[in-house]
Amino acid sequence: MFRFLRVNMATKACVFEDIPEEYAGLGGRALTSTIVAREVNPICTPLGPHNKLVFAPGLLGATNSPNSNRISVGCKSPLTEGIKESNSGGQPGGHLAKLGILAIIVEDMATEGEWWQLEISKDSARLVPSPVAGLNNFDAVARLVEVYGKDCSYVTIGRAGEFKLTAASIAFTDRELRPQRHAGRGGVGAVMGSKGLKAIIINPEGGKNHPLVDEEGFKAASKRFAKALTSHPITGKGLAEYGTAVLVNILHEAGGLPTRNFTCGQFEHHEAVSGERMNKLTKERGGEGSVAHGCMSGCIIRCSGIFPDAQGKFKSKWPEYETLWCFGPHSNIDDLDLICTFDHMCDDFGVDTIDVGVAIGVAMAGGGIPLGDGKAVLEAMQGISDGTPLGRIIGCGTATTGRVFGVRRVPCVKGQSLPAYDPRAVKGVGVTYATTPMGADHTAGYAVTANILNCGGKVDPLKKEGQIELSRNLQIATASVDSVGLCLFTAFAILDIPDALVAIVDMLNAKFGWKLTGDDVVTLGQRILSTEIDFNRRAGITEAADHLPDFFSDEPVAPHNTTFDFTPEELQTTFNWIKK
Amino acid sequence: MSIQIRLSTTLRDLVPGYDPENGLVFELKEGESSLAARDVARRMGIPPEEITIVMINSRQSDLDGTVNDGDRVAFFPPVGGG
Repeated sequence: MFRFLRVNMATKACVFEDIPEEYAGLGGRALTSTIVAREVNPICTPLGPHNKLVFAPGLLGATNSPNSNRISVGCKSPLTEGIKESNSGGQPGGHLAKLGILAIIVEDMATEGEWWQLEISKDSARLVPSPVAGLNNFDAVARLVEVYGKDCSYVTIGRAGEFKLTAASIAFTDRELRPQRHAGRGGVGAVMGSKGLKAIIINPEGGKNHPLVDEEGFKAASKRFAKALTSHPITGKGLAEYGTAVLVNILHEAGGLPTRNFTCGQFEHHEAVSGERMNKLTKERGGEGSVAHGCMSGCIIRCSGIFPDAQGKFKSKWPEYETLWCFGPHSNIDDLDLICTFDHMCDDFGVDTIDVGVAIGVAMAGGGIPLGDGKAVLEAMQGISDGTPLGRIIGCGTATTGRVFGVRRVPCVKGQSLPAYDPRAVKGVGVTYATTPMGADHTAGYAVTANILNCGGKVDPLKKEGQIELSRNLQIATASVDSVGLCLFTAFAILDIPDALVAIVDMLNAKFGWKLTGDDVVTLGQRILSTEIDFNRRAGITEAADHLPDFFSDEPVAPHNTTFDFTPEELQTTFNWIKK
Repeated sequence: MSIQIRLSTTLRDLVPGYDPENGLVFELKEGESSLAARDVARRMGIPPEEITIVMINSRQSDLDGTVNDGDRVAFFPPVGGG
């Protein structure tokens, strides 16, 4: 029933395989990271033939569990040079799970200059020349839909992926066939581009997921999980009404909203780019705009609203908080409509909004773009699609941009840019940035919960006490959540409502006939992190890379005038179960 | 004798005329120099149980936190993102 699909871009062979014993019981991030760690030489060139690109839905994909159709994308990252798992919503995760495909493993490379697309249906998979090469994501998908229809889902790269820019993303279509859910981080789109794979078309027709061992038990557990999500105020209401953008005003108030390339923790025009304003404008303008929109089937959180322009026409999805931040306060821009334009350009060209948005503010710090000049940013962004030198620099992300423009403050860890929380004012997430094997990534261990949001406990964001333990526990839990296929936002309910985790374990047991306990979930998370860290070590990334750039310890940030004051030795206690 | 107030999302709807740009100013009663955050909320017509996050002068606090004359207080309902 379950199988792998192995695709060789050089020979064009597409082979369904039985699942080897060693991968039994794994899904999502657990599976992509285990496959990459076993099959990819850690010292290979990320954009060369020895790297592999792995797509895997989670263990609960295509079931009637709410919010369980996420997809993981794994490879060696051309941005961090370490292991990468980048995670996305959209329809393809559920569709692959429905076809019983636990992983697609893309190997080798097509002849340079050739572009192919992969057609997948119930009983077949084949590579055919792609007629949509050269197009960005929205045009490419529109053309593909004309050929393959509205019941398929689509995975594509834009021109940034074709150019193999190291901040290139992979786009996954949402329920309305818009390619605006992305595996954004780590340059996974460049890896797809390096293989000559432009698109994947998934036809779920006739697919049947793994039968449930205990149907009634699953139904009951799924109901309890749904109840936890709907009864928690964040997952039940807050995220739908204001999106993740609700955090702008909170982080400003907490002094953790990095402004003008991390030189201040507050932005005087925060209200102009806030979730409250986005909500208000979306309602006032009406038309194609929408508050509360789910990006994938089975989503009951519905955080991904649609932002309309002044005439009520679709402008972009609601930008995430991180996107609003990096194109906004970080770049000294307070024009919400303009930021939504940048968001849409990122989705269309296929780049990570975080690494590119942070690159914009860093380019400003280095004099490459005038500070706060929205028009100049528009031109620079268009350059990503046009392939101009500045566009390619920005499209390669923050670390490259910082080097090119000779910038002192380049907010990156392991080559990947920091997201929207100043680690001097939200120290728990700083520990995560420094230590996660993914490179700076808030989602790897979202300590903002207990530091700022009073969710899952309370740990003073300005003090060191408790932060390492907090980050450790969240990194372990997150690795497990990413393996089940659950949207990470379910964690808000999991952290506060004890039965939510029990319900997840019950669903897994009912689906597979397992006898897991909550402890097994912790063990799984630890195992995934150990596997990822081991890959990085073999790739030459040692513990010495687990630190923040020194300006975070040199320069106190207003308003709290705190620094990031963890020693390397302290940070190295994060993964305390790994023997040195 | 006044306190600067900042409200977020749904809490704004509970206080008619709330100015999103500038927040609002809350006046202490004559002779008062401080008040618990809970009582500030109550007097503004915000049920304390609707508040999950309290910040006083940008520092994390709670409903029992003491608010002094000239302070800035922010109230947030349960919200999250990321």
